[in-house]
Amino acid sequence: MTEDDAVATLSSGMTIGIGGWGSRRKPMSLVRALLRSDLADLTIVAYGGPDVGLLAAAGKIRKLVYGFVSLDSIALEPHFRIARQTGTIPECVEYDEGMLQWALYAASLRLPFLPTRAGLGSGVMETNPSLRTVRSPYADGEELLAVPALPLDAAFVHLNRADARGNAQFLGPDLYFDDLFLGAARPGHRFVSCERVVDTADLLAEGSFHTLRINRSMVDGVIEAPNGAHFTNCQPDYERDERFQKAYAAAAADPEQWQAFAGRFLGGSEADYQAAVAAWRNEQS
Amino acid sequence: MEERAVVNLADIVICAAAEAFRGDGEIFASGMGTIPMLGARLARSTTEPDLLVSDGEAFFVANELPIGGTDKLIEGWIPFRSVFDTLWGGRRHVMMGASQIDARGNTNIANIGPWARPTAQLLGVRGGPGNTINHTVSFWIPGHNPKVFRSQVDMVSGLGYDRAAALGPTVAGMHELRRVITNLAVLDFANDERRMRLRSVHPGVAVDDVVAATGFELDVPAEVPGTPLPSDEQLAVIARLDPRGVRLREVPNP
Repeated sequence: MTEDDAVATLSSGMTIGIGGWGSRRKPMSLVRALLRSDLADLTIVAYGGPDVGLLAAAGKIRKLVYGFVSLDSIALEPHFRIARQTGTIPECVEYDEGMLQWALYAASLRLPFLPTRAGLGSGVMETNPSLRTVRSPYADGEELLAVPALPLDAAFVHLNRADARGNAQFLGPDLYFDDLFLGAARPGHRFVSCERVVDTADLLAEGSFHTLRINRSMVDGVIEAPNGAHFTNCQPDYERDERFQKAYAAAAADPEQWQAFAGRFLGGSEADYQAAVAAWRNEQS
Repeated sequence: MEERAVVNLADIVICAAAEAFRGDGEIFASGMGTIPMLGARLARSTTEPDLLVSDGEAFFVANELPIGGTDKLIEGWIPFRSVFDTLWGGRRHVMMGASQIDARGNTNIANIGPWARPTAQLLGVRGGPGNTINHTVSFWIPGHNPKVFRSQVDMVSGLGYDRAAALGPTVAGMHELRRVITNLAVLDFANDERRMRLRSVHPGVAVDDVVAATGFELDVPAEVPGTPLPSDEQLAVIARLDPRGVRLREVPNP
């Protein structure tokens, strides 16, 4: 299937979780398909990077739940910064990074909440007045934060390899929380894009069995998307395209420049995007 | 007395950062940014050989790894999920930044102005709430001024001593803000009130300079020592950890 096929199964108002971390192994080709779609009023859940920035700039986000939004080598995501400072995202939920993991894990275990200390006493409690605490029923009686489960309607993740049925493999240094994004989403809209679709028999050709953390019961559709995480990294297949990310960040800081950038790179299909990036690279070298 | 060569401010604060990890033993010493990272690695190479230090990506490295170094002796795997497990288990001491800090050590890395619509969106709370409630935290703040050291922070991303105490003895027992290191001084909370105290001033800095640069009342002891100068051994290790002098560009001499 293609990115556009996957996005065509979604509807406006849905809650979509996006895997990866900051500007690392983001399912960018699926995000670009979201940008091309007519979908609106989305709730986006992420350890955010340019995925959140692009969707915010396109006005697709009604509600954003985030542990952070960053480009890693550029600390602040420019579109996100502008969106926050101009109030263009109607509703924001800012969590401690660990709280977001717990929210997704609770949803994937079908629990109403999971307890933690992370967040207690901090500004997170004040800016999220719906958060509740729970008292330990044991002798300690400690009061803990009950992080509510965050069930998703859909999940997008990008892995290195997958077979056609959805058994997927990470070959880089970190799975991040991709398994939890898939686990938190109800069956029907759980999509894995990957650098290369391989035969099931070849899944262990490039990595040990420890890398097979996503099995097909967690996945509804597989999309082969070479360079699909661009401009974020997808180790060991490729590093982050730092030069392109710099150009993105520079353009994002200025509305006119952004119009030109979006027109050049985001106006067409995924193939058009990859061709435009290749042409840009030739110009730069 | 023999005149000592110019001592770089960067080297002084790196040694102060390393000193913050003294006594930590076999825990994850995590440094956010150049100076804290060099401090953690210097501590591991000198006073605290049992510390675990990471490559800033996903691995614990057993060798003395220079900034940007790729020749890693990997001794463990520490993906983000394991970082969370380690920090919730308390086996970590992080040294991180703060855009605002108050007298009780409440910190803000999240945003300036009201959270609902900030005048400046910064990093967001990131892992600050979980870090400060679970394990020892220190801070490196390169620009000591009253806008940063203020009576109140705009968003509490890291808990100070008052907020930790209000959560009861379990949390208070896990909470520790060990050092605040700046371009002017080293500060701590080592008094009965757990209120920010001036621990030492860097060479060429007067106590009054620090007081003037702080937007709340500091606890200033009658005697404030100078921040220790780096030893030759420390300077040699720092030179190996940062052969290209990244630290000197980040923290220029005044």
